[in-house]
Amino acid sequence: MSDGLAFFLIQVLNGVQEGLLLFLVASGLTLVFGIMGIINLAHGSFYMLGAYLVYALASFTGDLWTAILIAVPLAIVLGLALEALLIRPLYGRDHLYQVLLTYGLILVLEEIRSLLFGDDVHGVAVPAFLDFSIPLKDALTYPAYRLFLSALCLAIAGAMWWLIRYTRLGMAIRAGSTNREMVQSLGIDIAWIYRVVFALGVALAALAGMIAAPAASVFPGMGNDVLIVSFVVVVIGGIGSIKGAFLGALLVGLADTFGQIYVPQLSGMTIYVLMAAVLLWRPAGLFGRAGAG
Amino acid sequence: MQAARERTMLLAAFALLALFPLLAGTFYLQLFAKIMIMAIFAMSLDLLVGYTGLVSFGHAAFFGIGAYALFVLSPQYAAASLYLSLPMAIGAAAVAAAVIGLLVLRASGVSFIMVTLAFAQMLFYYVIGSKTLGGSDGVYIYVKPSTTLFGWTPVSLDRPAGFYYLVLAALAATYLVLRFVTRSLFGHALLGIRSNESRMRALGFATTSYKLAAFVIAGAIAGLAGYLDATQFGFVSPDLLGWRLSGEVLMMVILGGMGTLYGSVLGAFVLVLLQDGLTDVTRHWLLPLGLFIILAVLLLPRGLGGLLRRAEKAHD
Repeated sequence: MSDGLAFFLIQVLNGVQEGLLLFLVASGLTLVFGIMGIINLAHGSFYMLGAYLVYALASFTGDLWTAILIAVPLAIVLGLALEALLIRPLYGRDHLYQVLLTYGLILVLEEIRSLLFGDDVHGVAVPAFLDFSIPLKDALTYPAYRLFLSALCLAIAGAMWWLIRYTRLGMAIRAGSTNREMVQSLGIDIAWIYRVVFALGVALAALAGMIAAPAASVFPGMGNDVLIVSFVVVVIGGIGSIKGAFLGALLVGLADTFGQIYVPQLSGMTIYVLMAAVLLWRPAGLFGRAGAG
Repeated sequence: MQAARERTMLLAAFALLALFPLLAGTFYLQLFAKIMIMAIFAMSLDLLVGYTGLVSFGHAAFFGIGAYALFVLSPQYAAASLYLSLPMAIGAAAVAAAVIGLLVLRASGVSFIMVTLAFAQMLFYYVIGSKTLGGSDGVYIYVKPSTTLFGWTPVSLDRPAGFYYLVLAALAATYLVLRFVTRSLFGHALLGIRSNESRMRALGFATTSYKLAAFVIAGAIAGLAGYLDATQFGFVSPDLLGWRLSGEVLMMVILGGMGTLYGSVLGAFVLVLLQDGLTDVTRHWLLPLGLFIILAVLLLPRGLGGLLRRAEKAHD
């Protein structure tokens, strides 16, 4: 393998890893929007909370996995509580009030984070058995944890695909994203599906934050960066489409990574150029239905 | 009857704002000037959100263009002429709005929210990468624009009261222009588009042209607000184009009550004053602000403007 090829391979791996992680956040966002019709600006805050939770718990338990095992149920409970208290009164109201309320929620969650964990930048240790790098070439290596991260995200994506494709719940979710009124009139308890979907979305975003924590740093405002990029993913993929979110996330991850290498002056722009190009070509996104949303 | 009362209240509010410099010190003059600039910005967005049904999440782009235009037009250590630089800044924002509008108006609904965001973020990152525009550090404007015309200087913008009155005049002009626009035939066509665009198209309205015109007017006024902001603070940074500011101004419009114009002014006053008051009380001021927004959505279905109207009805 030549140096150039190894370098290229590393960048592809980086892009794919960034994309897969984004998929975990964006899939919840697209489901919540597609099925419940809720624009949730606070979705990125769950990513941030996940990272901070695992930071706090890992320094307590000393182990990433136990921290995640404790934090995921906490995230689910948070999701259920928020749905019951804040989101439920918004069903059927103008989207703009959802935008306003979830914007308020961003501020509240950001300050709760500040009160509980402070405003410092933190790191979470990579688990010992993954704390090594795979040599690709004399000077080029790839950290094992990042590879593991991609594999884990792929496994979760696979589990989601199975859930949505083969289970009764998945069937109801698919039906709900196609035609909400019809599902309701067929006697499926849509309120229950809303609850599950919202809690699932919160848990996925938080989980993404948890497993990303050892690979990146944990810092205030990390949720907002992810939120905007996740929206880009959702819009590129088509609102409500899991398949679209998957493809969109990979495209965004790769475009971002390669943008930083080939057009460093304009690196932040690449994903937005990609999004604008996709939307001008297909206004409803890659897998969106025309007229939906 | 109600229209008459509305006019009385607005005139009273204007009179209070006009008398304010007689009572207040420099700090409050500057704070109120800042609020009024945000109110101009919010009203321009209300034309899109409240009257045309176009929810833009990238409106800060035009605010930022107005601000950077003043930087580009100002000689480094001398004043730009207000009478040249202001129209040029507004024109730059309008041209940008026309170009961006042509592209983003292909999208609708939620896509529109995101596409407007995408274009604003593109500009944001363009400025971050641009050396001439100062990149992420921002740029300083050392000398405020001069109001001298043929040797006569009506007000100096270096004096807080002078600048305050310029902003107040801009606020009143913006309100009157937008009131005229929204009450005209054109404005009624926009309302028609908001409630049912395909019906308007079937009636023979070239709806896209109407929406584009609204987008350009809103962009131009946002440029005016950005120009005033750059004048006030003498500092322009990419944050002025960022999604946070776009979000903040959208919150002002929704919180104040969409489609009323004065609701946006109210939203700007409430949000900026709350921010300012809460930062004095606690370092964790975002928490009460966030709770306030959440409670406002849950308890006030039609914004603060709706609350005013309800109080008025109870009074009758």
